[in-house]
Amino acid sequence: MPFDRPRWIPADRRDSALADGVSRRIFLKTGAAAAGGLMLGFGLPAYAGEASAAASSDFAPNAFIRIGVDGSVTLTMPYVEMGQGAYTSISMLIAEELEVPLSHVRLKHAPPNEKLYGNPALGGIQATGNSNAIRAAWVPLRQAGATARVMLIAAAAKRWKVESSSCYAERGEVVHKASSRRVKYGALAGAAAKLPVPEKVTLKRPDEFKLIGTPAKRLDAPSKVNGTAIYGIDARPPGVKIATLSQSPVFGGRLKSVDDAAAKAVKGVRQIVQLEDAVAVVADHMGAAKKGLAALVIEWDSGPNATLSTEDIARDLEKGTLNAGAVAQNVGDVVKAMTGAVTKVDSIYQVPFLAHATMEPMNCTVDVRKDSCEVWVGNQALARAQATAAKITGLPLEKIIVHNHLIGGGFGRRLEIDGITRAVQIAMHVDGPVKVVWTREEDIQHDMYRPYFFDRISAGLDYAGMPIAWNHRFAGSSILARWLPPAFNDGLDGDTTDGAIHRLYSLPHVRVEYLRMEPPGIPTAFWRSVGASHNVFVVESFMDELAATAKKDPVDYRRALLEKAPRAKAVLELAAEKAGWSLPLPQGSGRGVSIQFVFGTYMAQVAEVEVSKDGGVRVRRVVCALDCGSVVNPDTVRAQVQGAVIFGISAALYGEITLKDGRVEQTNFNTYQVLRMSEAPAIEVYLIENTESPGGMGEPGTSAVVPAVTNAIFAATGKRLRKLPVDPAELKHV
Amino acid sequence: MLGMTGTKFGCGLALCGACTVHLNGVATRSCVTTVDSVGNAAITTIEAIGTTASGRKIQRAWLDLEVVQCGYCQSGQIMSASALLATHPHPSDSDIDDAMSGNICRCGTYVRIREAIKRAAESSAVTAKGS
Repeated sequence: MPFDRPRWIPADRRDSALADGVSRRIFLKTGAAAAGGLMLGFGLPAYAGEASAAASSDFAPNAFIRIGVDGSVTLTMPYVEMGQGAYTSISMLIAEELEVPLSHVRLKHAPPNEKLYGNPALGGIQATGNSNAIRAAWVPLRQAGATARVMLIAAAAKRWKVESSSCYAERGEVVHKASSRRVKYGALAGAAAKLPVPEKVTLKRPDEFKLIGTPAKRLDAPSKVNGTAIYGIDARPPGVKIATLSQSPVFGGRLKSVDDAAAKAVKGVRQIVQLEDAVAVVADHMGAAKKGLAALVIEWDSGPNATLSTEDIARDLEKGTLNAGAVAQNVGDVVKAMTGAVTKVDSIYQVPFLAHATMEPMNCTVDVRKDSCEVWVGNQALARAQATAAKITGLPLEKIIVHNHLIGGGFGRRLEIDGITRAVQIAMHVDGPVKVVWTREEDIQHDMYRPYFFDRISAGLDYAGMPIAWNHRFAGSSILARWLPPAFNDGLDGDTTDGAIHRLYSLPHVRVEYLRMEPPGIPTAFWRSVGASHNVFVVESFMDELAATAKKDPVDYRRALLEKAPRAKAVLELAAEKAGWSLPLPQGSGRGVSIQFVFGTYMAQVAEVEVSKDGGVRVRRVVCALDCGSVVNPDTVRAQVQGAVIFGISAALYGEITLKDGRVEQTNFNTYQVLRMSEAPAIEVYLIENTESPGGMGEPGTSAVVPAVTNAIFAATGKRLRKLPVDPAELKHV
Repeated sequence: MLGMTGTKFGCGLALCGACTVHLNGVATRSCVTTVDSVGNAAITTIEAIGTTASGRKIQRAWLDLEVVQCGYCQSGQIMSASALLATHPHPSDSDIDDAMSGNICRCGTYVRIREAIKRAAESSAVTAKGS
């Protein structure tokens, strides 16, 4: 397997290679590599190597590549692998320009180091999210590979006393054209390391790509089918104890008292740790920790949110939307246009709080020592993980060693560091390493949730039934305002409004307003497709309502509004064609369509559903057509759509977190249900390929499928669903 | 403590299947199975499933069709699928639904899991003919 496995050896015997000893020789300018509102131009510093641990004659022209004198090629992965295939596709970008076979590379998780591994498309934060790993890496990591290749060629040319231009690189070797002499990269490493780093390198043209655009085998797959893949939860430093915990069931509550006599009597329980708002049981193994936790008699002071319910929050949002919001889009004059409309359509939409429910429950292992602290975790925002540990322990940043791991599901949950903060708080009281593992119940009830949104939306139609005015106002939490405050300006951020701002449809008069309203007593966070998970549902459902009001076919209606968006029109037409849009379906079945442009990708979906007499919904088939520009690994693109579609259907049919008396009511996969094998539809994915800049692929499939499903339910039953999740009681028919 | 980490904790209530192992070849949720109840039954985990004929075919098909994403549930998926293939060499779609619906995958790899089980069954057929 290609991974360098985490090493659980004591810190004093470990090389301090990771973040230390960095000598920054050059800056590779990233340029405007990534699309999206968060893009901040800055230089990505590169470094000369891993200092002390590595042989000085190794060749490491930047932070991502190390070529050993033994010929080994190690790529350091600045983006995390959480199933989205980033390790493989990021490696492809580097390997393409470096001219090494993918099968020859070894991968390493990047250590926390924002200067080296910050994400240029996320304001320089070292984080993997927003479906932008490929978009952010597209130029800089190909440049990193090309720089190394140019230097290796120069080293060979110097040795042979020929011109660099008379040589080329292939399969980890430099070749002299005229004489057919060859030399392996490993043999050139020492010499290449002494050469100056070129200021500028030329990247390959798309027609020169050998790897990019071809289906590559996932580098992480073999370890994931034989049980050897190591996730955060598998970290086992010697002497580690296992803890599980109970946090205040009401957000913002406090621990009042704990009777731990019975818990301490449980065999294997070592220690009870009391924090201000949580209590943990430390034991020899998870079974004892869980038994101990169950034996605790805990009294909570529920605090100000003791009586909070979802209805309270929805009512507040509903009231809030009576006020004007920050204007996200204003085209023409909506008020005037509305007065001239022949028909007016008004609707209210609502989407619920959602949990992430990653398969790997929240966990983090921490060893707090007198002068250092070590953290083992799988996290999407590694530098923040390090920072929180430094803050709690009071140790300097460089004394916090963080080992990142494969991630057993991210979906936005592991862009947060609450689990790491909690584990360090507990570890401060424990002698030696402790692994804090949340039970599934704790994981569901103390998630940070996709926000609840409340939307008022109206449109005015002309004589032909086409929209001339579109007025949309919604209220809910802004995650970016908390997570990346500089990205929240004048009451707006690019994420919360993503999919609500019209970029595709030609509409003469548009007004979109957003009111930031933070719900009391429930934390919110990014959730696969984030703003689009809410907005695309509202916009594409409402567009369907307009088509129905105009008595027009939903595909034709949309197509007529897409004259200025040819790439969108093309995916809509392809999806409709492949789905057999005009073919008849049996009674009780229907097709629904959606189209969107989010995360830099154009996507249309057609869902086919069957609604039973008792209101049960079965999604039979989903057809997806997309244009994400340049494709790095086409099989990964397909896999991401398949997975995102399942994720979205789970939310549409079942996903809902509710509060009663300030507590989350759902507990486990019986009350927070997700789609299972027997319910999974057939999914077809069609790609329109071109050489445009790549779009994101992790998330678009989720936002697109939700309205496709609810629009299909409308086609099957005539019932318009404006509140998620789907309520079968509303669909009962005889 | 054997220290084998291939079998995963997911829910603790036999709702997700991440912890699936074989007891005498039968797919079993280890999170609700007590040590006492196991008795002398043979326990097989993901670490050794490649030594069984059906397990080997399932693992091969999983790689051929690139099933995995985050991979956390896949040990359990492969254990359930291997048990299915051992008793139903040519599983129908409804056999697959029955055997696999206890295993949740949040990355949503169901489409490929279904295809991979069928692929593994085909490879069984080839082997049977060949032998």
